[in-house]
Amino acid sequence: MFGWLVWRDLILAWRRRADVLATLFFFIIVVSLFPLGIGPERETLRTIAPGVVWVAALLASMLSLGRIFGNDYQDGTLEQLLLTPQPAYLVVLAKVLAHWIVSEIPLVLIAPVLGVQFGLSQNGLAIVVVSLLLGTPVLSVIGSVGAALTLGLRAANVLVALLVLPLYIPVLIFGSGAVQASVTGSSPQAWLLLLGAMLIVSLVFAPWATSAALRISVE
Amino acid sequence: MFRSYSPPGQPARRCGYLWNSGIDFSLCLQCRSQTKVYGTRYGIKVVTATHSDALDQRKCGNFMSKNRINLYKYAAPANFYPLAGKLIPLFAVPSAILFILGMYVGFFVAPTDAVQGESYRILFIHVPAAWMGMFLYVLMAIYAGVGWAFNARLASMMATAISPTGAIFTFISLVTGSLWGRPAWGVWWVWDARLTSTLILLFLYIGFISLQSSIDDARRADRAGAVLALVGVINVPIIYFSVQWWNSLHQGATITKNSFKMAPSMAAAMLILLGACWLYSIAVVLVRVRYIIREREQEAPWLAEATA
Amino acid sequence: MLEVINLTCVRGTRRLFRDLNFSAHEGELIELRGPNGSGKTSLLRILCGLAAPAAGEVRWNGQGIRSLAEEYFASVAYLGHQNAVKDELSALENLRISSAVSGKRLDNREARRILSRVGLSEQQNLPARVLSAGQRRRLGMTRLLTSPAKLWILDEVLTSLDDTAMNLSREFIGNHLQQNGIAIVATHQDLNMGGARGQRLQLS
Repeated sequence: MFGWLVWRDLILAWRRRADVLATLFFFIIVVSLFPLGIGPERETLRTIAPGVVWVAALLASMLSLGRIFGNDYQDGTLEQLLLTPQPAYLVVLAKVLAHWIVSEIPLVLIAPVLGVQFGLSQNGLAIVVVSLLLGTPVLSVIGSVGAALTLGLRAANVLVALLVLPLYIPVLIFGSGAVQASVTGSSPQAWLLLLGAMLIVSLVFAPWATSAALRISVE
Repeated sequence: MFRSYSPPGQPARRCGYLWNSGIDFSLCLQCRSQTKVYGTRYGIKVVTATHSDALDQRKCGNFMSKNRINLYKYAAPANFYPLAGKLIPLFAVPSAILFILGMYVGFFVAPTDAVQGESYRILFIHVPAAWMGMFLYVLMAIYAGVGWAFNARLASMMATAISPTGAIFTFISLVTGSLWGRPAWGVWWVWDARLTSTLILLFLYIGFISLQSSIDDARRADRAGAVLALVGVINVPIIYFSVQWWNSLHQGATITKNSFKMAPSMAAAMLILLGACWLYSIAVVLVRVRYIIREREQEAPWLAEATA
Repeated sequence: MLEVINLTCVRGTRRLFRDLNFSAHEGELIELRGPNGSGKTSLLRILCGLAAPAAGEVRWNGQGIRSLAEEYFASVAYLGHQNAVKDELSALENLRISSAVSGKRLDNREARRILSRVGLSEQQNLPARVLSAGQRRRLGMTRLLTSPAKLWILDEVLTSLDDTAMNLSREFIGNHLQQNGIAIVATHQDLNMGGARGQRLQLS
């Protein structure tokens, strides 16, 4: 059942490719805005690169959060998912996994290309990818809590941003910290381990909060 | 002796005991059968008995035994409303007194600091405000959690009432922290761990308040707020730790707040002002919760009697 | 057997119904009648466990549904106002996927057979987006046919259906009742299920 749900979400995302690509283009555009706003000096760009890539990834993730449950909420599928004999925890995990594959993996794949624009070294690019790989699932699963709380509300997008950004801050700090560490020559290991710890903890606890929030919102 | 009431025009029923709780179901102590709410008399709910299984055991509230204080009855917004009204001056007046006393001690009794001169005195407001911001967030999360877990409306209303006060204290601590920093560091804002964490705490408060104000249905707002507050409370240590880490790596202005010795009168002033802030918070939260009760219980007839 | 004990429902500041008591036994049909806004949908959602009542309890075979949780969900099939039909999937895919997600896998042959029973054979590969309202409702009903649930909770099942489809629905509900299932249906129109045991509840 888990597999079927993930598969279903992947098919649905594929048939609505435009939505998914919009998030990716948003990420690219935002990253490109910074040099335009700050100036193209190589050194400056190299210094701000970790932060810029991560902040843009955060913002792009946030934009896509409405899509985790929004569509299902509107056509009544979400209720049916909550009425299956499967625990809601697994339903949430399946949807978050599908969301991560669809919305976050493209970011992870394109980030190195953008990193090159900012003059990051090979090592830096590798750490960018690894940190995003570890951090984006956390963004998805913590974001799912915000998405579930704001289902069906007016201006849900902005509200979700308000709710979820403070919770994203540790991920941002650890993620960009890892990249910065590699840029300045020190070891990013500690940061990456912390990211990994956050990943495990959030995967265990956040879906529980999300399923509680779903039941509250679906009433 | 127990008295039994019945609604006007109806014959007296066997079990007409008075009880109160926030939930419409309870068990009458005398006949142990399930009771349903019938109507109100003197602001207290009157019940009649129906025969079904017992669900709950709460003591009948007001007429059971005059010398025992039954606290459960105050869990109902209906009964808490007048109690809160009576309590407000009990907290507001001492709060004002302590505040004046604390300011006096802080500004006239406490000595001038060797390093920072007179400008450190703003800490007397900054430190209590920062502590209040943090304590109130935890308290708000506890109330919201209790309101969600036990389906207690009043607890959720208390959480909603606490949130603006907590946000205001956090904001005050940010502003006063910045004002303190200006003479000490030369800039209006610095990204040290404490100020940054306080800023994030303010964002958490704003998120909670925005979420609750965007949801029209009161109970959904209560429960959604509870989930958010509990998630926030668990995240606060994580956020604080990560900001500490971030700050220690990017060695900016390393200011330690304890860069001066605290004279006893300084500590006294801070504690007095902290007490004043607590009393003030309680008074203001009670005022606000009365407002929320009034807003939400518009349909209840008891309200007209209580506010008449 | 479903028992409803002293159920009270509050939506916003309105109390929709108070101290509702009834029970439904095997093979029984319960019709809910009442004007719009009288609380039929709210009651049905409380009965399936999606919403929590302000007071009262619902029991399935003697145990509260709150404590049964997933076990209870396995015995309930709910068809609400919305059809739970995904626009981007074809009728066949909708049926197969929704069935698989609820735990019962259907292969293509079985799925086609069910679609032909509700009269959607020709539309089986069309995206659900292009189906009419009546066809989507019928597609939603296929979920009832594949589910092993004993309790059917149906909200306005006959709306937007033409005569043939309405007769089909009556047939399905009738079969379900004959197999000792329970059906609770909110409806504007008379169900006219001749011969079925049942009660009628009026929420006014």
